[in-house]
Amino acid sequence: MRSNVAAFEMRAPRSLGEVLDLMAAEPGAWRPFAGGTDLMVLFEAGKLDHRRYLSIWQLGELRGISATPEAVTLGSLTTYTDVLRHETLSREFPLLAEAARNTGGIATQNRGTLGGNIVNGSPAADTPPALLVYDAELELVSARGMRRLPYREFHTGYKQMQLAPDELLARIHLRRDTARFRQYYRKVGTRRAQAISKVCLAGLMDQAGDEVRIALASVAPVPLRCVRTEAAIVEGRDPLASLAAEISPIDDIRSVAAYRSRVAQNLLREFLYGG
Amino acid sequence: MQRTGCGIPRYPDRNMTVVGKAVPRKEGREKVTGKARYVDDLKFPGMIYGATVRSPVPRGRIHDIRFGPGIPWDEFTIVRARDIPGANHVSLILDDQPCLAQRAVNHAEEPVVLLAHSDRYLLEEARRAVTIEIEPLPAIFTIEESLARRHIIWGEENVFKRFRVEKGNVDAVWDTADIIVEGEYTTGAQEQLYIENNGMIAIASPEAGVTVWGSMQCPYYIHKALKPIFRLGDDQVRVIQTETGGGFGGKEEYPSMIAAHAALLAWTSGRPVKLIYDRAEDMVATTKRHPSRTRHRTAVSRDGKLLAMDISFVIDGGAYATLSAVVLSRGTIHAAGPYDCPNVRIRSQAVATNAPPHGAFRGFGAPQSIFALERHMDKVAAAVGLTPEEFRRRNFLRKGRTTATGQVIREEIDLPALMDRALAESDYHARRERYAVENRTGAVKRGIGFAAFMHGAGFTGSGERYLQSVVGIEATADGRARILASSTEIGQGTNTILTQIAAEALGLPYEQVEIAQPDTSEVPNSGPTVASRTCMVVGKLVESAARGLRQTLSEYTAGTFADVVRAHIERYGPLRSYSRYEAPPGIFWDDEDYQGDAYGAYAWAVYVAEVSVDTITYEARVENFLALQEVGRVIHPVLASGQIEGGVVQAIGYALYENVVWRDGRMANSQMTNYIIPTTADVPPIRVVFEEIPYAYGPMGAKGIGELPMDGPAPAIVNALENATGLPITGIPVTPESLMQRMEAAHA
Amino acid sequence: MHRVSIRMTINGESHTVETWPMTRLLDVLREDLALTGTKEGCGEGECGACSVILDGRLVNSCLVPALQADGARITTIEGVATPELHALQRAFVECGGAQCGICTPGMIMASLSLLEQNPQPTEEEIRNGLAGNLCRCTGYIRIFDAVRQGAVR
Repeated sequence: MRSNVAAFEMRAPRSLGEVLDLMAAEPGAWRPFAGGTDLMVLFEAGKLDHRRYLSIWQLGELRGISATPEAVTLGSLTTYTDVLRHETLSREFPLLAEAARNTGGIATQNRGTLGGNIVNGSPAADTPPALLVYDAELELVSARGMRRLPYREFHTGYKQMQLAPDELLARIHLRRDTARFRQYYRKVGTRRAQAISKVCLAGLMDQAGDEVRIALASVAPVPLRCVRTEAAIVEGRDPLASLAAEISPIDDIRSVAAYRSRVAQNLLREFLYGG
Repeated sequence: MQRTGCGIPRYPDRNMTVVGKAVPRKEGREKVTGKARYVDDLKFPGMIYGATVRSPVPRGRIHDIRFGPGIPWDEFTIVRARDIPGANHVSLILDDQPCLAQRAVNHAEEPVVLLAHSDRYLLEEARRAVTIEIEPLPAIFTIEESLARRHIIWGEENVFKRFRVEKGNVDAVWDTADIIVEGEYTTGAQEQLYIENNGMIAIASPEAGVTVWGSMQCPYYIHKALKPIFRLGDDQVRVIQTETGGGFGGKEEYPSMIAAHAALLAWTSGRPVKLIYDRAEDMVATTKRHPSRTRHRTAVSRDGKLLAMDISFVIDGGAYATLSAVVLSRGTIHAAGPYDCPNVRIRSQAVATNAPPHGAFRGFGAPQSIFALERHMDKVAAAVGLTPEEFRRRNFLRKGRTTATGQVIREEIDLPALMDRALAESDYHARRERYAVENRTGAVKRGIGFAAFMHGAGFTGSGERYLQSVVGIEATADGRARILASSTEIGQGTNTILTQIAAEALGLPYEQVEIAQPDTSEVPNSGPTVASRTCMVVGKLVESAARGLRQTLSEYTAGTFADVVRAHIERYGPLRSYSRYEAPPGIFWDDEDYQGDAYGAYAWAVYVAEVSVDTITYEARVENFLALQEVGRVIHPVLASGQIEGGVVQAIGYALYENVVWRDGRMANSQMTNYIIPTTADVPPIRVVFEEIPYAYGPMGAKGIGELPMDGPAPAIVNALENATGLPITGIPVTPESLMQRMEAAHA
Repeated sequence: MHRVSIRMTINGESHTVETWPMTRLLDVLREDLALTGTKEGCGEGECGACSVILDGRLVNSCLVPALQADGARITTIEGVATPELHALQRAFVECGGAQCGICTPGMIMASLSLLEQNPQPTEEEIRNGLAGNLCRCTGYIRIFDAVRQGAVR
């Protein structure tokens, strides 16, 4: 444990309103803390720069999954376990369930949240590719009010996002229009379980081949929706070459760019043609 | 003192009541209830915490140590090299490794300053606030750089040790050989990754001497190392083993370093000091398996008979000598394997680099040289146009034939039959045929491969004689027998099997026999818990000490064991029977020429691995595994199988998953999230099968098996990978990235 | 920064601890409450040696800040035997599921959590349920046996 625990502050306000007021009073002074599966790792490594946290784990307002005929709405504190236990989600949004199943082990799934996975901003996160191809919509709240944002506009650069210092991700909306798609999700990690992804591809394609959505993790500074490759597929141009040009993987501690690029293309080929 | 060697005990096969049975693990209840006490579970009154400040560069001259602002340094205990009361080295084979670096550092993470404070969190801040000013010097990181000798970083030539084994006349063969096959094979470093990090607690003062408690394999190694550091005698140093959460060799020599550090802080502060590493520190700073490079040049006749083997075996020892000479020794002796070859030359070297010293890890040089050998044997087989199994069949050792060191095989080992059984039980031929057809289509390629090998138990050659191990058994007035030995339980089952052996030999129920916690003030030195020797060598001493006890009590004919012991104690006082090691007769070893009987006994094995390779992701997986071995006698079927299964999975990691990423001589992936060991989702079904040819000088016939399972899986897996992909892979770990590179190169 | 008062029910007993809000639950258990059965193996939520059951869910206690455990019901390894060994604990001893024992408390908590959700798991489900608990000694084979045996009894 490499941090000086005494130097850190955390409060657990009883209501969302209280949290938002505190975040508004001193923008940037307080940061939200959900399940801790990312932040605590940094904390223990002595790499958590920020010192003051508001626990949001206890806020019922940010939990729960509700459904209308048009949409499913997930509270940002929805855990991976919550996703796996929800019948409608597993049936209509299997890629999200697959992402949840592939994240960490059971203990991580019980504490990790979708909100945390999104806001942590890692390009290797497991749920973003699924959320991107599902065209998820985010609901952000602050003391100033509420706004909705297409998720594909959220990540603007490495660990940069459309989130003001006084804003909190409250809900994720998914449109229930996935029945017409063939769906694909494949994560390639360092081992079969409990692995950070080296490359991950999520894909949706309708029967006619007119509509295709492709998103990848670990091939760019952000979770990437590959619109140019989608256009290439629909227009009958070389999808693999297009993908290779659209992604920008790097060498890092887990893998190398050449591997990520090649495997991304292989996954795309498997999605499009069955391998 | 009861000596061994007075008659070969004969144990009717199935009449044993304790040995051979799956009795409950001696400390099992404590382990499953959380009551077992590991070092970090202990707390002493007034105890403070220690931390180590380490070199940020792999090589350089220390110019200054600065203690930064914002820390109340007057509250801290600070120890530097100049504060060491005695010698500044951690004794092992040589004395070249400093306890704390003084003027120079030779590897990243080398310890320089020790700190202690009662506040663990403030201690961490303080650790970050110490700056070590080092003028960097050119550092070397590979075997090639070391051998090139552009920079000399150790001794005259960067060489810790050399061996040369000669059998017959290799050079006379090349000109007339039908076929010559060459190959070069490499293995990477591997982190032991015991789930319990290294840790020690020390209490020390000039008046009271030094006492340490901690996670360890070898209490008497620590005892020996601490004495010169504090200028203390045997009775002034006491080492106690706490419940130890895994070792695998990683707690063979390194604990002496951390014990010395904890003791220095305790000595200086006058308080008990707890020094526990976190995972990142343990991974970057402590020992790993030696990386290796082996070159084979093999002459073989047209009908597949080995004519000559010329082997060059080099291991990277890191910055200090530590145990590299002995790792080299074992790797060298195992380099030519279970084959009958009339002409063999093995030239081996352990060389220095500016990595943290590499050290003991299960197998200890043999997994490295056996990987190369078993890969090469498949290559030679192909060159001669024989199947891997037919080639081996024509060249296996058998009774009466000699190894590379000239050791005559004295047992009725039938390696062709062992191999045939392994291949039959794994359905090897049928699967190989089927995969050849199925691999023509489909994204997932499958393959099956095997490795044949042996592993010598006990210390090499004269090593056991040199150790002079002693074991005691005490009989108590309440009718219990208590084993006194420094051999440690580290998960492998020491407590259980030694009490089984004693119980069997004493004719007592298992529950009536116990084993003392290893404490150098209470138990004799039964040698280190390494080298697959605990069952075979120490177990034999337990057996003979027990027989000695029986003999002492044989004059009492009436009553229970308790009655008889009580009577004896009333008459004569405490009742203890000791037994000291004596080499079995007829064992000859020449240390100069490295010739003769290298080990008292070998366990023999054939392992078969089935793999799949996904050509979409280039991931290789082990899908099925068979481990067949001859082990003398199975003392405890569950524990013995557990040793094999655990070793196989560690070796699967060695072959496919465990990659140490080096940056500037430092392990960059020093987190469990980035250093990949198999999870429950990664392990194949593993079948373990034992055969028994009782070894006359092992307890009830047992040989050693702790390291055996580490030797075979990697070459079996890579042989299977070649079968699946056609790729002549020569290095491990076989990462998906390297597999992709090879596949793309092959298609180009 | 100031300390807070954390109230928890652990193995059925009430405890109140004064500590910093971000003290790891693992350290609260081990240091403040001397419940040393729960172990630290990695401090990064990878090895599962620190697993406990918190409000009915398996969690890595090295990743839970004390403040978030306020009001929680927690079961640790010390709460499993009654003091009779649980069938699962007996199975771990008999089947060889514990060797060095350091991963064992977490492994048993994860197994208990699995069996609570799924009393008759398949091998696939056992592998999945324990994928967050690393063992270096056993190779897992006998842990699978132990969970199967512990489930049956």
